[in-house]
Formats: sequence, structure tokens, C-alpha cells
Amino acid sequence: MMTSAALSGYLFVSGVLFAIGLVGFLVRRNLIVMFLCTELMFQGAAVAFVAMGRYLFDYSGQVMVIFILTVAAAEAALALALVVLLHRQRDTLDADAFGELHE
Amino acid sequence: MIETLSILSKCIAMPAVSLAKDLPSVDLSWAGFIVWMPLISLTLCGLCAMFKVRTKAPAIITVICLGTSFVLTVLLWQGYEQPETIYLFDWVQVHWADGSFIANFALYVDSLTLLWMLFVTGLGTLITVYASEYMEHDVGKGYTRFFAGVSVFLFAMTCLVMGDNLLVLYLGWEGVGFASYWLIGYFYQRPSAVAAAKKAFIVNRIGDVGLALAIYLIWSTFGTVQYEGITAALEAHTFDASFGGWTVHAIPYLLMLAAFGKSAQLPLYVWLPDAMEGPTPVSALIHAATMVTAGVYLIIRTYPLFILDSHALETVAWVGGLTAFFAATIGMAQYDIKRIMAYSTISQLGYMFLGLGVLTSYGAAYHVFTHAFFKAVLFLTCGAIMHGFAGQLDLRRLSGLRKMKGWRVVSYTMLIGCLCLAGFPLTSGYFSKDAILAEAFVTQGTGFKFLGWLAIFTAGLTAYYTFRVWFRVCCGPVQYEAGDELHGGDASSFHPHAPRFAINFVLVTIALGALLAALPSFIPNETEGLHGGWIAEMVNDSPASAGVPGAVVDSHAAHVDGHDSTHGSILGMDPHKAMYYISAFVGFIGIGLALYFHLFCRSSADALRTKLLSSRTTRWLPTAMEHKWYVDEIYIALIRSPLWILGKVFSMFDRYLIDGVLVNGIASIPRAAAKWFSPLHNGAVQSYAVSMIGGTILIALLMLFMPEIVDFLRTISEQSGEQSVALIGGGQ
Repeated sequence: MMTSAALSGYLFVSGVLFAIGLVGFLVRRNLIVMFLCTELMFQGAAVAFVAMGRYLFDYSGQVMVIFILTVAAAEAALALALVVLLHRQRDTLDADAFGELHE
Repeated sequence: MIETLSILSKCIAMPAVSLAKDLPSVDLSWAGFIVWMPLISLTLCGLCAMFKVRTKAPAIITVICLGTSFVLTVLLWQGYEQPETIYLFDWVQVHWADGSFIANFALYVDSLTLLWMLFVTGLGTLITVYASEYMEHDVGKGYTRFFAGVSVFLFAMTCLVMGDNLLVLYLGWEGVGFASYWLIGYFYQRPSAVAAAKKAFIVNRIGDVGLALAIYLIWSTFGTVQYEGITAALEAHTFDASFGGWTVHAIPYLLMLAAFGKSAQLPLYVWLPDAMEGPTPVSALIHAATMVTAGVYLIIRTYPLFILDSHALETVAWVGGLTAFFAATIGMAQYDIKRIMAYSTISQLGYMFLGLGVLTSYGAAYHVFTHAFFKAVLFLTCGAIMHGFAGQLDLRRLSGLRKMKGWRVVSYTMLIGCLCLAGFPLTSGYFSKDAILAEAFVTQGTGFKFLGWLAIFTAGLTAYYTFRVWFRVCCGPVQYEAGDELHGGDASSFHPHAPRFAINFVLVTIALGALLAALPSFIPNETEGLHGGWIAEMVNDSPASAGVPGAVVDSHAAHVDGHDSTHGSILGMDPHKAMYYISAFVGFIGIGLALYFHLFCRSSADALRTKLLSSRTTRWLPTAMEHKWYVDEIYIALIRSPLWILGKVFSMFDRYLIDGVLVNGIASIPRAAAKWFSPLHNGAVQSYAVSMIGGTILIALLMLFMPEIVDFLRTISEQSGEQSVALIGGGQ
């Protein structure tokens, strides 16, 4: 049995992780770092799921985390491949260098 | 001789005719080749163009084909006994429950048709021979195009004259208009020629609308467009005031509009002088001898319809008489000899319409016949001069051709043409013109006597301007300047090249024809006491001019009336005889004036002009005449400019209202909306992320502080959930 005080600690950690990821995503320009930051936000959400699942005695929280990890793994493979291709094209990983698709 | 020929042709060409006169099965379908030969010629000319033939082959082909047409026409004429319909093939046949519209491609051959066909195909052949030499500088370039055009014209003209119904006539009518356009615009690199071709075509369209409407009204009134059917319908009816309603009064005026357009009469004549931009053989064949007489033909053909309206023929007479006078005054003041001939053509066509109006379709047809010859020869001599002097047509820059080597034939054939046109006694033009003039005095009608005197005065003007040309160009000291078509060498070393055999041969032949055209009025006819001999017989035998029972004016009765008239009492003799003296006298005065002003004392003509110009009261006369009474300018001011402005207004309307407001205006709404939102797509990933987060936070705040939105969303999702459940249930 988990107390609501313990839950708020987990949720706090989860929020911090998410906030670090978010800020990192917004302020950094390097594609790999931005990608890592999205992974951080994922983990923040995963921590919140596990904590809530434990608090409510509901295993769906853990099921969801397994899904998140699977998706994150697949996405990591895809995203890193894209990053390699983009780097080959422009010799840089600055996100602003790939902005010409707008309008 | 005619009898012998007739017997000969019967023996050779159609032995069946005399035997099987009463049988309907006389096979005359060979006459179809009169129409098909020009078409064959067109096809062969087309093949010549395809294989880029650089010889005179197209001319030879056309001459042979048209010559065959002429020979067939002569055979048909010699074998002619009674009006005959020659069926060729079904053309337009529409049947419905209680009616039908039938216009077969059939030929209607009566003496009127034959009269027209004889000079159309005959002159067509001769002028093609002339053109084979005249156009030789264009061999390999436009030569084939020219003869193809002539073939198209002859095909259309034969359709027009020989068709047995108004629809075939309409086909020919449009066809000759098209051929005319084609050939006027022959020198298509010259902007003036293109403009003239366009003008001729557009002005003719006005008349064509009249013809189309007239054909429609004739069909709706009489239920047929075949001449025989119309005549039968007219004979079957009793003509009380209620017959046909307004249509029978509209039909003659619409036909008139058509005839005045094609035959260049007063409101619509402006295209003909400009049509002189075409090669001269075209002017001679189409714009003098044949096509422009189509209007006269149309009116003779539909003569009975004109008697249905009491003022129709008077209108024809007035338009004709005024045109004759008006065009003659313009012709007097021109310097371009081809233009003078063009205005004289308009003037002579006016005489023909005057003749139709005063009920002498014989006189009109006779004048068409003689005019075809003498005007063709006049145009062809003009062409020979133009050809030899590098396009020179100004009568002030040509003189004494008569004394130059090689130009004698041209000078004297031109003299013959001039004598006929001026109505010199005992020439063909003298007899044909007098037939019309005399009738103007004996026929009862509003102002016909005035028209008669006007026409006599015009005859004097005609004699003057005709001989003005001849005395200036052919007499006097030898002087000449090259025209502007000089190629190679400078103007000082210019030597005119005299026409060779083909041109001279044709000139002599047609000039002889012009002289011999006086004879037909002497060949006695079978009808007792009828004026005008052979031609009268040809015209009066035709059912077309027979008129409506009770309505036609018997010419003998008219003559009796004529003796009571003022004219008869003044001179105290038969109007025809009186007219011979009067018109000869007037003609001599005209020739005498021309002799003084343009041969003996040439400077006096210029002196007279200067004197008229210097006086304030008379200045308008030479100015207006030299500027053709400013008719073209008036048309530009009254019709072209308003239409141009209207066109501009429509163009503005289209550009600014339709394109501007409706099309681009509506399109600018999504474009403006896109302008508002497109800055969001700036390509920076982080800014997208910020908007996304901002949106998420906004939604979260909304859900926190406005719970009713959450309730609302819940009810919606529940409803759609039920619906989808219901849908799945229904599916199972």
C-alpha cells in the first residue's frame, strides 16, 4: 500500500523529469540532444504511470509503461537513422538548418 | 444558227429529249457536272498544292474544268424545252408528325437559270485563261491558291444559280461570299487587302442574315423552300388582305436586305470599292460580272413574292436609282481607274435594281447580261495596265497608251467597254440601259418619273467618267510612271511590258462578246409583240418572273398607260423610241465634256477643280466627292466607334467585374486567411513545440476553470458512442 505522500514524491520526480525534457527540447538546437530530451519526457510520463498504477492497484499503468518503452525503442531506431541521414545531407545537426519546409 | 445548233446538240448529246418530252424519266443528271466540275477542279488544285507543283498546271486544270462546265451549260441550253428539276441527291430532309422540311440537292433549270449560267461559266472560263497569264509572277507561290479560290467561287455560284430551292441558293450565297473573302485577301501580306477582305465579309453578313430570315419566313408561310412549291402555293391562294399576315410583307424586305448586301446597294455598298484590293481577274469575275449580280438574280427568282407587298418594288426602284446616281458622283472624282470601275459597277447594279423596281425584270436581266461582258472587259484592261505598269492605276500618271507598241489591243478593247458602259448608240449597254430607262417612265409608281430623269442624268455622268478614264489613259501624249510594285531596276529605266497572247485573246473575245450582246434583243422571239427579243423570252419564260395572277402588271397595258403620262405627251412618241434619242443625246454630252476636259484641254479640268475649291460656296462639292461623300467616315462614326466603345465597356466589365471581383475576389479570401495563419509555419521545431504546449496548457486550464465544457464534451462523446454502438448493432 502506497501513501498519498509517497505518490506525490513519485509524481514530483516525474514532473521534474518531464520539465527537464521539455526545457531541454525547447532550448537546445542539436537534434540528438532534442531527441534525448523527448526520451526524458517519455520517462517522466512512464514514472507517473507506474506510480499511479501502484497507488490504485491497477496493472494497466505498468502495461502502459511497457508500451511506452516499446514505442520509444522503435522510435529511437527510426529517429537516429533520420538523424544520420540529415547529417549526411547538411553536415550539421542544427535543427534550424532543416527549416526550409515551412510555407 | 441557234436552231441548227439546237438540232445538233439534240442529236449528239441527248437524243432522248425530243422523244421523251412528256416522260418524267428524261435523264438530265449529267447536268450535275456543271456543278461538280469546279469542285473537281478545286480537288485537283488542292492536290497540286499538296505536291507543291511549280508550273501553270493549276490554271490549265481550272480552265479545262470550267470550260467543260460551260460546254455542258451550252448543251443544256440547246436541249432546253421546259423547266426541269434535276434531282441529284437527298440533302436535308426532316419529317415530323404534321410537316416536313425538304431541301434536296437538286438543280432547277429554266431559261432564267440558263441565261445566268451561260455568262457565269463562259466568262468564268475566259477570265481564268486571262488569269493564267496575269498571275504568272506568283507561280509556285500563290498560283494554286488563286485557282482553287476561283474554283470554289464557280462551284458556289453554280449552286446559287442552279439550285432548285432556297437552301441550295443559300449554300451558294454563303459560298460566293467566302470565295470573295478568300480572293480579296489573296495578297494576305498587305494589311489593306486583309482589311478589305474582312470588310467585304462582314458587310455581306448583314445581308446574309436577311436571307436566312427570309428563307425561314418563306418556309413558315408557304411550307416549302422550293421555287416550284412557292409558285404553286402563290397560284393556289387568293390574295386577300389577310393572307400570310405580316410575314408576306416582311419577306420582300428581308430578301431586299440580302440582295442589297450582295449586290452592293446604297446602305451596304461600302465593301465593293475596297474589294478592288484583290487581283484584277477576281474583280472582273466576282466583283463585276457574276457574284454581284446574285442579288438581281435573287429578286428575279423570288419576283412573285415582291408583288405581295405594295411598296416592296418601289423601295427596290428607289434604292437602285439613288445608288446609281450616288455611286456615279463618287466615280467622277476618283483617280484610281480600278476604283472608278468599282463605283461604275455599283452604279450599274443600281440601274438593274431600278429595272427590277419598275417591273422590267427583262431589262434588269438584259443589263446584267451586257454589263457582265463590258464591265469584265473594262476590268481586264485595267488589270493589263496594272500588270504592265507595275501596279500603276492613277489616271494622272498614265497617258497615250494607244500609241504605245503592244498596247493597241488593250486600248481598243477598253474603248469598246467604255462605249458600252457609256451607252453609245447601238452598243449593248445602250439597249439594255434604255430598256430600264423607258420602263421607269411608263410604270406607275411613287416618284418613278423622278427616278427616270435621275437615271438619265446618271447616264450622262456615266458617259463622262467612263471616257474620262479612256481619254486620260489611252489618248494624248505618251507619258507614264511606274507604280509602286516595281521590282528590280529604278523608276527611270522602267519599261512597261505589254500583255501577251492569253490576255489579248481574252480581251478581244470578251470585247466581241460585249458588242454581240446587243444582238439578243434583235433575235426575234416566239412571243408576239414582246419587247426585247431573245433575252425577254429567256426571262419571261421562267415561272419565277411570271408573277402572281391578277397582281402582275402586263407590260402592254403599262405601255398604253405610258402614252397618257406626262412623258409620253411631251415627246409624243413611244417611250422606248424616245429613250433611244434622249439617252444617246445625254451620252454624247457626257462624252463631249470628257473630250474637252480630259483630252483637248487637260489643264482646264484642274483649273475647274481649283476654282471650285477656292470658292467657299462650292468647296464642299469636289471635296466631298473625292472623299466618297465621307460615307466610310460616317460608318466609322455611327457604327464602328459605338461598337468599339461598347466592346471596350464589355472588356472592362469582363476584366474588372468577372475576373477581378468574382474570380480573383473570391480566391483572395482563402489567400488572406492563409496570410494570417501561415507565420505559424515558420519551420522552427521548437516554436511548434511551444504552440503545442501552450495549447495543451490552455485546454487544461479550460477544463479546470470551466467544468461545464467538460460536461458538454462528455455528453457529445456519449451520444456518438451510442450512435457507433447502434451502427455496429445495425451492421450485425
